[in-house]
Amino acid sequence: MMFARKYLLYIFIILILLPGCKEKTGSYVQSNSKEQVYEPAYGDTLITGSIGEPSVLIPMLAGDSASHDIAGLIFNGLVKYDTDLSIIGDLAESWEISKDGLVITFHLRKGVKWSDGVEFTANDVLFGFNTIIDDKTPTAYKEDFLQVNKAEVLDKYTFRVTYKKPFAPALSSWGNLVVLPEHLLKGKDITKTTMIREPIGLGPYKLKKWIPGQELILESYRDYFEGRPYIDRYIYRIIPDPATMFLELQAGGLDMMGLTPLQYTKQTDTEIFRENFQKFRYPVFSYTHMAFNLKHPWFKDKHIRQAIAYAIDKKEIIDVVLFGLGSPATGPYVPNTWPYNPNVKKYEYNPEKAKQLLAEAGWKDTNGDGILDKDGKKFEFTILTNMGNNLRKNTATIIQWRLAKIGIKVNIRVLEWSTFVNEFIDKRRFEAVILGWSISPDPDQYDIWHSSKTREKEFNFIGYNNPEVDELLEKGRRTFNIEERKKAYFRIQEILAEEVPYIFLYVPDATPIVHSRFKGIKPSPIGISYNLPKWYVPKPLQKHAMEP
Amino acid sequence: MINYILKRIFEMIPTLFGITLISFMILHLAPGKPTDVLADFNPKITPEARERLEKMYNLDKPITVQYVLWLKKIVKLDFGESFSSDRRPVIDKIWDSKQPLFERRLFITFMLNVITMFVILIIAIPLGITSATHQNTLYDRITTTSVFIGFATPSFWLALLLMMFFGVYLGWLPISGLKSMNYDSLSLTGKIIDRINHLILPVFVYAFGGLAGDSRYMRSSMLEVIRQDYIKVARAKGLPERVVIYRHALRNALLPLITLIGLSVPGLIGGSVIMESIFGIPGMGQLLFMSVMTRDYPVIMGIVIIVGFLTLLGNLLADIGYMLADPRIRH
Repeated sequence: MMFARKYLLYIFIILILLPGCKEKTGSYVQSNSKEQVYEPAYGDTLITGSIGEPSVLIPMLAGDSASHDIAGLIFNGLVKYDTDLSIIGDLAESWEISKDGLVITFHLRKGVKWSDGVEFTANDVLFGFNTIIDDKTPTAYKEDFLQVNKAEVLDKYTFRVTYKKPFAPALSSWGNLVVLPEHLLKGKDITKTTMIREPIGLGPYKLKKWIPGQELILESYRDYFEGRPYIDRYIYRIIPDPATMFLELQAGGLDMMGLTPLQYTKQTDTEIFRENFQKFRYPVFSYTHMAFNLKHPWFKDKHIRQAIAYAIDKKEIIDVVLFGLGSPATGPYVPNTWPYNPNVKKYEYNPEKAKQLLAEAGWKDTNGDGILDKDGKKFEFTILTNMGNNLRKNTATIIQWRLAKIGIKVNIRVLEWSTFVNEFIDKRRFEAVILGWSISPDPDQYDIWHSSKTREKEFNFIGYNNPEVDELLEKGRRTFNIEERKKAYFRIQEILAEEVPYIFLYVPDATPIVHSRFKGIKPSPIGISYNLPKWYVPKPLQKHAMEP
Repeated sequence: MINYILKRIFEMIPTLFGITLISFMILHLAPGKPTDVLADFNPKITPEARERLEKMYNLDKPITVQYVLWLKKIVKLDFGESFSSDRRPVIDKIWDSKQPLFERRLFITFMLNVITMFVILIIAIPLGITSATHQNTLYDRITTTSVFIGFATPSFWLALLLMMFFGVYLGWLPISGLKSMNYDSLSLTGKIIDRINHLILPVFVYAFGGLAGDSRYMRSSMLEVIRQDYIKVARAKGLPERVVIYRHALRNALLPLITLIGLSVPGLIGGSVIMESIFGIPGMGQLLFMSVMTRDYPVIMGIVIIVGFLTLLGNLLADIGYMLADPRIRH
C-alpha cells in the first residue's frame, strides 16, 4: 500500500514538473545549501560506476574512456590544464619556450616517487617519448609527438624537446601519455608487460585489485607528490546497463555517476535525492552539429545553407532533446572558454528569412504541393545519423519538422556506426549528417577544417575549402602567443558562422551526481573530478571503514 | 551403442568446422573493424597510423587468409589474443586461471544456466502434470495464462521493475553483480547467503520467461500419455490415480523433455547476453556483448566455438539420454 501511495505521489510530482525545469545555464551546483563547516579527514570510499570496462591502464595504449578514467588516476603528466584552461605544471615545475617557439625545456619536480619507491626523473619522460613514437607501439596518440625533431635529457630533472616547426598544441601534449617508469619497462614489449593490468604509477591512486567484469579497486597513494588524497579508496564498478546503474545509485551501491538529461531534470527531483546527493552541471567539451556535403550541387551555395540555419530553432532542440541542459553552439568551441568568440553571426530562428533566401536562389513551390522546387526538382534531402544516440535522432526529427514548414522535405536515416562511417562518410555518400565532435581544450582544429584534410578517413569529410581559414589554422598552431592565437581562432569562427559548412547546434551539459557526504568538490569549466585527491568525507559522515 | 556415440562425436567435428567458417565469414561481412574503436573520428589518427594498426592485426590480408591463420591456431586449441588494447589471450578472458573458479566467466554463465534450468524444471514439470490432469479446468486456464504472461514479458523490463521494488524500495535484495562490497569480510555462511541473494533476481527473471515452453511441453506430452491404452489398463486395475499418474504415466511423459533440454542450450546462452548485461553479472554473455560492440573478432570466435561445442554436446547428451531412457529407440 505504502508502495502504491509513494509511487502515485511520484507520478504526480513528475506531472507537475513536466512543463520544464528551466535553470540558468552556468549555475554549477544545485545541492542542499544548509552547509555545515566540516574538517577535511582521511578515509572512506568513493564508488563510481561505468558502462564499459577498462582494457589497458597505460595511457598511451588506451583508446576507451573507461581505461583513461582509471589510468588518469594512476599516471600524471608534465603539464595539465588548470580550471581556466590555461596550462600549468604537474610533474614539471616550470618550463621555458624559446623565442622562435621551437624548443621547450621542462624543469621537473624533484623527489617525486613512483609508487614502488623509485624516483621519477627526466629519463622516464624520454623513455615514454621513445616508446610512443616507436612504430611497434599501437597508440592513437603518436601524431603530436612525430612533430618533435629532438628530445634530450639535459640532467636528471631537465628535459628538452626541439620541434621541426613551432607547434602550439605541443605544450599540452606533454600530459600523462608520455610518462612511463623506465626502470620497469626498459627492454620489454609494452603490449605484453604486466604493467597493462597491474600498473605502477605516480598519481594519487594505485591499483589494488581488478576483478574482471566486476570492479577495479584503487587505493590512495600516501606519498603522492601533492599530498596524500583524502579519500582512501576509489572503486570503479562495471555495470553495463545504464538503468541498472541508476537503481544502484538509489540503493546506495554507487556514490557517483553521470545522469542523463531525463534523470537530471525529472527522476532525481525527489526528496531522497535532494537530501542525499549533490548535482552538478557544466558544458561538456563537445558539440553536436549538422554537416553538409559541400560537394552537393545545392549545398555548394552558402545561401541555401544559411537559409536552413535560419529555419532551425536551436533553443527548441535544446529544450526538447536535452530538457534544457545545454547551450546553443555558434562555432566549434565551448562557450566561456578562451578561444570562443561570442560575437559571430547567430542565426536566430526566422523562417521568413529562410524562405526569402531560398526564393532568391530560385527555390519556389510552383506546383503547390507544399515542397519547394526548381527546374522540376523537389527540394528533398536525407539526414544521416548513427544508431544508439537518441539525442541525435530526436534532433534530426525536430529539424525535419521545422524544415517541412519552409517547404523542404527531409528524410532521416539512422545507421549502425560502422556502416555509417565506412559506407557513407568515407565514401562521401551523404547530403547532410548529424554528428558530434568532442573537442580538446587546445583550439587547434587543423584536421577538421583544413582543405588538405579531405582524403578518405580524414576529417574534413564535408570538403570544406577556404584559403583564409587554411592560413589562419596554420597561423594558430605555429605561435604560442595566446593573444595571436585568439585572434586567428576568432576570425575562423566568424568565417564559419558566415559560410555555415556546419550548422552548429548545441553544446550539451555534463550532469554528474555525487553523494552529498563528499565535500571539497569545486565545479569548474573542466568538470569536477580534476581535484579528486582534495575531495573528502568529514569523519562523522564516513560510510565505509577501511578494513584492517 | 558405443559405436553410435563414437560416430556422433566424429560427426561433431565437421559440424563445428562449418559453424566456425560461417560465423567467421558473417562476422567479417559486417561493416567495421576492431581498429575503428581506436581510430574512427579521432583526428589524432592519420590514415597511415590506421594502416599500421590494421597491419598489426592482420586485417589488411584477405579474409580467407585471416580464416586460415585463425584456424591454424585453433586446431592447436590456441584461441589467440584479443584485439582489444589489452591484448590478453582469449582463453584468459573466458576462463581466467588466475581467478578462483567461481569468478571465471565461463563458469559463471554455465552455473547460472544450470541453476536456471533446474529451477525451470522443478516448477514446470509439476505445473505441466497438474494442468494436464486438470485439463480445461479453471486451474489449467490460470496456469496456462500465467506461464504465457511470463513468456511474453520482456525480461529486461521485468528485471528493472523487480530491481526497483526489491532493491531500491524494500532494500531486501542486491541490484546487480555477484557479490557485495564487503564480501571479503563475511563469514563462510555470510558469503554463501550473499551469493544466493545476488542470484535470486536474475534466476527468477530468467526462469519466469522459460517456464512456458517446458510446462506446455510437459502438459501436452502428459495428455498424450494419459490417453494410451496401458493407462486405461492401470486405471481398470483399480490403481489409485496418484500411482497411475506418477508411476506409470510420468515416466513416458518425461521423455520428450530430455530432447527439449538438450536443444535449449543455445537459447539459454543467448538469454545470458541480455540477463548478464542488465544484472551486471560478469559472465561470458556480457563478454560476448562487449566484444561484439568493439568487433573483437578473436574473443567472439572463441565464444562461438565454446557455445557451438556446448550446443552439439547438449544434443548428443540428449540423444544418449533418450536412448538410455527409452528402450524402443535403442536399436
